[in-house]
Amino acid sequence: MARIGVFLCYCNLRAAGALNKDDVTAAVSSLSDVVHASAAEDLCLDPTCAHLQQQITADNLDGVVITTCSAATHEENLRRVLASQGLQSHQVEIVDLEDYFSWPRFETAEETTARVIEALDNAVAKIRGAQALPGVTTRITKRALVIGGGIAGIQTSLDIADAGYEVLLVEKTSSIGGHMLQYAEVFPTLDCPQCIGTPKMVEVGQHPNITIMAYSEIESVSGSVGDFTVKIRKKATYVDWDKCNGCGICQQKCLTPVASEYNQQLPFNQAKAISIPFAQAVPNKPVINREVCGHFTTGLCQVCSQICPLQAIDYDQQDTILEEKVGAIVVTAGFDLMPKKEISEFYDDPDIVHGLEFERVLCPSGPTAGVVRRPSDGKEPKEVVFVSCIGSRDPEHGVSYCSRVCCMYLAKQALLYRHVVHDGQAYVFYMDQRTTGKGYEEFVQRAVEEYGVMYLRGRVSKIFRDGDTLRVQGADTLTGQKVDIACDMVVLGMAMMPSEGAKDLARKLGIATNEYGFIAEAHPKLRPLETSVAGIYVAGTAQGPRDIPDSVAMGSGAASSVLELFSQDEVVTDTLAAAGNEG
Amino acid sequence: MADDNKDFEPILVGFFCNWCTSTAADLAGTTRLQYPPNIRPIRTMCSGSVDPIYILRALLSGADGIIIGGCNPGDCHYVSGNYKARRRIAGLKTILDTLGLENDRVWLKWISAAEGQKFAVTMRDFTEKIKELGPSPFRKNWSV
Ligand SMILES: Cc1cc2nc3c(=O)[nH]c(=O)nc-3n(C[C@H](O)[C@H](O)[C@H](O)COP(=O)(O)OP(=O)(O)OC[C@H]3O[C@@H](n4cnc5c(N)ncnc54)[C@H](O)[C@@H]3O)c2cc1C
Ligand code: SF4
Ligand code: FES
Repeated sequence: MARIGVFLCYCNLRAAGALNKDDVTAAVSSLSDVVHASAAEDLCLDPTCAHLQQQITADNLDGVVITTCSAATHEENLRRVLASQGLQSHQVEIVDLEDYFSWPRFETAEETTARVIEALDNAVAKIRGAQALPGVTTRITKRALVIGGGIAGIQTSLDIADAGYEVLLVEKTSSIGGHMLQYAEVFPTLDCPQCIGTPKMVEVGQHPNITIMAYSEIESVSGSVGDFTVKIRKKATYVDWDKCNGCGICQQKCLTPVASEYNQQLPFNQAKAISIPFAQAVPNKPVINREVCGHFTTGLCQVCSQICPLQAIDYDQQDTILEEKVGAIVVTAGFDLMPKKEISEFYDDPDIVHGLEFERVLCPSGPTAGVVRRPSDGKEPKEVVFVSCIGSRDPEHGVSYCSRVCCMYLAKQALLYRHVVHDGQAYVFYMDQRTTGKGYEEFVQRAVEEYGVMYLRGRVSKIFRDGDTLRVQGADTLTGQKVDIACDMVVLGMAMMPSEGAKDLARKLGIATNEYGFIAEAHPKLRPLETSVAGIYVAGTAQGPRDIPDSVAMGSGAASSVLELFSQDEVVTDTLAAAGNEG
Repeated sequence: MADDNKDFEPILVGFFCNWCTSTAADLAGTTRLQYPPNIRPIRTMCSGSVDPIYILRALLSGADGIIIGGCNPGDCHYVSGNYKARRRIAGLKTILDTLGLENDRVWLKWISAAEGQKFAVTMRDFTEKIKELGPSPFRKNWSV
């Protein structure tokens, strides 16, 4: 390149005396091949951008070096502007001024100025010799893969499918629905999640553009935006789902009871070794749990295969691996709660439950049919203590972040408990109330004022068993008093974590996660739905703790990102990232 | 020796992969984290595309320390580039030993895209370490 222009944007060094910009332009002008050097305060603004375009034509530039503050924010846009002037990737060098040179600030303007000149000198040298690499053009396969069938994945799938594109929804359990389907009611409106969730699940099941692959997991992913090849492991269910019509006779007749995962393994009722996880399941088909099934453990039992009117039982079924082509991927693999034991061995007591377990106890269609009972002896608890921030906001024992929904669901559970047990008392220990959603603060007020839930500000120091009761000791920091409550049950607001296997999934996809394993977004503020890999998006709690409305909004957002991609027929991969050598 | 180094401002070169460590550097900047300004960052597509020759050339031209930043093991955008980098840097360090250069002048660190804080802390530690080691002997001998 023989006609290079250097554009110095110094908005971040605007503070008087931080940079001698005239020295910079003077020094840069004297570099060989540099025919233009100028400084402006806001290159990213529209009028200055226009000026930049004019300057390129006026000076007939064939190379541009340009400084920005965060390149993550501005690089793409600037490259687009310059491309409109016919400059290709190799003819443009972006110097990330703020992050690389100015924020780690020097003491004096002279030092800063010298470093900026050095950086620009290097950048000019780099493009002087740069050569074009041909871009790689990929035809877009207009078919999307959604990983995880919780409410976020459901919303994403429906929006893409409604726009007319095919969706492959891969869910690792045997039914879509996710955590929401396990709740008693959902805040702040207190509607029943089975009632609002089931129609959406059915819609997914019936949608001509959606294929659900339940009880399946991602094996490997290759390719790039527009053209991914995905291998999916369809785990053996030992039931031929094509034959099965979901009548459920097998699970009625099965002789082997097991704890129900859907009911959080509470002791009140049991599932069977062959079972459909819950009544509203989509697909509504059973799976045999071979760890416990009599056929697999002893080889003697064949009850289900004899009873099935459609001969759908297939004990010899194997995992199968399917290969599928998709153009875009959305990760909606959700969350799991931190195990109680991780915080304290003692929390293993049957009457110390976490939020998901208590949801099942409260649920009208749950294992206790909505009668509140405690796991140890089935008695109705008269005093229940709810404890916030267990594992969250506690870097010493758990994680440092706030899980964002526990303040709200503990208020919800305390309210619902009081709604059912009129003579019961609910206490909530909290650090501070984080109730920022629409109608959330009002909801907590309602729990306090209408339902008499007692809020105690302070941390719990100890929970232990004392005969028939549990004792919760802590401090009420508002009154400065020590508190010691004898109660029948304790509900822990456990931290939300990335779902089990999230890190492994991220690795297969080649996308970045944060230190906890939540999927990292491409930009923390401005590109919340994109991951570090083009064509792979994220929605819902896979990205971080959030509530249902936010998960749904993100799902719709991710879907529209996919649709934006699908509105084109081909993508040209940036030449910056196009070539690679094995070696 | 340590006393001589008080005012010594080392020249440091960083080769940071585009997908993880460069993004972390950007994040460190946008979240306003402070770290010493000694580092000259060079964006590479992958830590695996950093030829040891680049490192040697930088050292021979007078750099006091080189840091290579890549994605965490298993997270490389090109699957195994960072493993290759690890092998190459290990090999390079034995060459540095032979040349009589402290092999601690070359660091290889895994800093993911989300770890702006770790980036800043690492740059701080690295600058301190090289200050401790003092100017590169190559710099003295050849008065670069
Ligand atoms: C006790 C409790 C009560 C709550 N109550 C409320 C409430 O009342 N109101 C409210 O707004 N929010 C509530 N929340 C928050 C709410 O649960 C979440 O916002 C919501 O469920 C997030 O949906 P999701 O789709 O992101 O994740 P999930 O519901 O976790 O769904 C993820 C899905 O992905 C599947 N999956 C996971 N990993 C993989 C994989 N590797 N491959 C394939 N599939 C995979 C899972 O099996 C699951 O089906 C509550 C949370 C808790 C813990
Ligand atoms: S939402 Fe409330 S209970 Fe949960 S971690 Fe945040 S502050 Fe603690
Ligand atoms: S892309 Fe970061 S190390 Fe390979």
